[in-house]
Amino acid sequence: MEPRAAELVEAVFREERGRLIAALAARFGDLDLAEEVAQEAVEAALTRWPIDGVPEVPLAWLLTTARRRGVDRIRRQRAQAQRLAVWAAEVDRTGATFVPAHAGELPDERLTLFFTCCHPALPLEAQVALTLRFLAGMTTPEVAAALLVPVPTMQQRIVRAKRKITQTRIPFRMPDSEQLRSRLAAVLTVVYLLFAEGYASSEDEELIRTELSDEAIRLGRILHRLLPQEREVTGLLALMLLTDARRDARTGPDGVPISLEDQDRGRWDTDKIREGRSLVTQALAAPPAGPYAVQAAISALHDEAPDVTTTDWPQVVALYDVLLRLTPSPVVELNRAVAVAMRDGPAAGLDLIDRLAAAPELRGYHPLPAARADLLARLGRADEAAQAYRAALELVGNEPERIYLTRRLAALHT
Amino acid sequence: MKYMLQVIGFADATFPEGEGPTAEEFIGYQQALVGAGVHVDSGFLDDYQLATSVQVDRSGERIITNGPFPETREYLGGWIVIDVPDLDAALDWATRNPGAKYGRVEIRPVMG
Repeated sequence: MEPRAAELVEAVFREERGRLIAALAARFGDLDLAEEVAQEAVEAALTRWPIDGVPEVPLAWLLTTARRRGVDRIRRQRAQAQRLAVWAAEVDRTGATFVPAHAGELPDERLTLFFTCCHPALPLEAQVALTLRFLAGMTTPEVAAALLVPVPTMQQRIVRAKRKITQTRIPFRMPDSEQLRSRLAAVLTVVYLLFAEGYASSEDEELIRTELSDEAIRLGRILHRLLPQEREVTGLLALMLLTDARRDARTGPDGVPISLEDQDRGRWDTDKIREGRSLVTQALAAPPAGPYAVQAAISALHDEAPDVTTTDWPQVVALYDVLLRLTPSPVVELNRAVAVAMRDGPAAGLDLIDRLAAAPELRGYHPLPAARADLLARLGRADEAAQAYRAALELVGNEPERIYLTRRLAALHT
Repeated sequence: MKYMLQVIGFADATFPEGEGPTAEEFIGYQQALVGAGVHVDSGFLDDYQLATSVQVDRSGERIITNGPFPETREYLGGWIVIDVPDLDAALDWATRNPGAKYGRVEIRPVMG
């Protein structure tokens, strides 16, 4: 077997796996069957391509081959005659002899698959797993590693979710226009969750986990290409790019976080910032602004400032006000309080934070005492700041954050 | 595909004057199901406080008890079986069920 053909099949499959599975799932209404025949088509490609040459549109070849295998299987399984009837009806509707000149002309069913994988009838953790498995094209062990879950647990999670899709007949079709917004919001939640998981990963998990952020951005790009008019899709992609632009600068060589104030802004990714800013402009082109677009706009204000003193804090606070109206939450209020401290001075911010401390959602949330400590330190109230850092240290979960807070605490007395 | 919609009520629910469930809206809903050709079967259950249970023990003896009266605050108020193409369609019908705004509607596929 010629290694180059094998590599090419592998590359095509890796890249187009989502599209292939999506098209087959839409055709057969069955994820398992879609996966199996996709795999068979890949195996067939490994045998045929070295002999026949690589087809002009590899994805179309894989799709046609997989579809034929699927039909063969269904024909063999008499008990599933009903499915064949469904399939036949589908063929009548779409026309089976369509031969595209290039992959761009193939119908892209991935959007439908997004809606199936992120169906609200599935538990959120399963939505996340299915999206990685079927749309990002990761293997089950890769998904397990990325989400820090043992492989058998992940296998079971995916099997259960597929069973629910099959037995309750969660459809492979676009939601009705009435439901589209809320269903799309569910898809965006999953993509953003993936991004945040990867972004928040600590050093020891860094390698596999940052891949998650990249995958989330890739999925965001796919969604944006498929739904260019949906401004929250644009907003989410912008938010991810503008946040990810700071990735290299946000931790030191030892993996310990560096505050926005102390980051080397020369290490921020200017390409991502440029792309993100242009997307934010599109996302905010017409009211009403959505929460992702507003968060992206806040991120853009940070990204375009040479340092924290020149950041447009009044504008940041104004955007947090908008965000609070859209999605009221104590965490957003805390972020707003920090921005107010930058605009009006630490005392004003401290005042707001102290009023937030009673919120039950923020109990046990270490960023609150940490932010409080920072402001107390800036006010020269070192003893109280030390006390607040200690309170934050008691709540913090991950090691790099712990080191970061310990250093802030130590710096108080120097 | 057949789905059962179980209409679940909350025992401790209270409604402001004139805002509670009415028989008319449930009847109207059922007519809509019949009109759309998706209605298979349905029934309203009488007061859950009238419940009687029977169990058969190992020796074949039957045991009859009054109740149970939910320590659980939820009770089954009625059921509807519909025949629709997929879960999204079932969800749409469940959303329109008046019980969804007074309690909740649980959707389960019917086997076979």
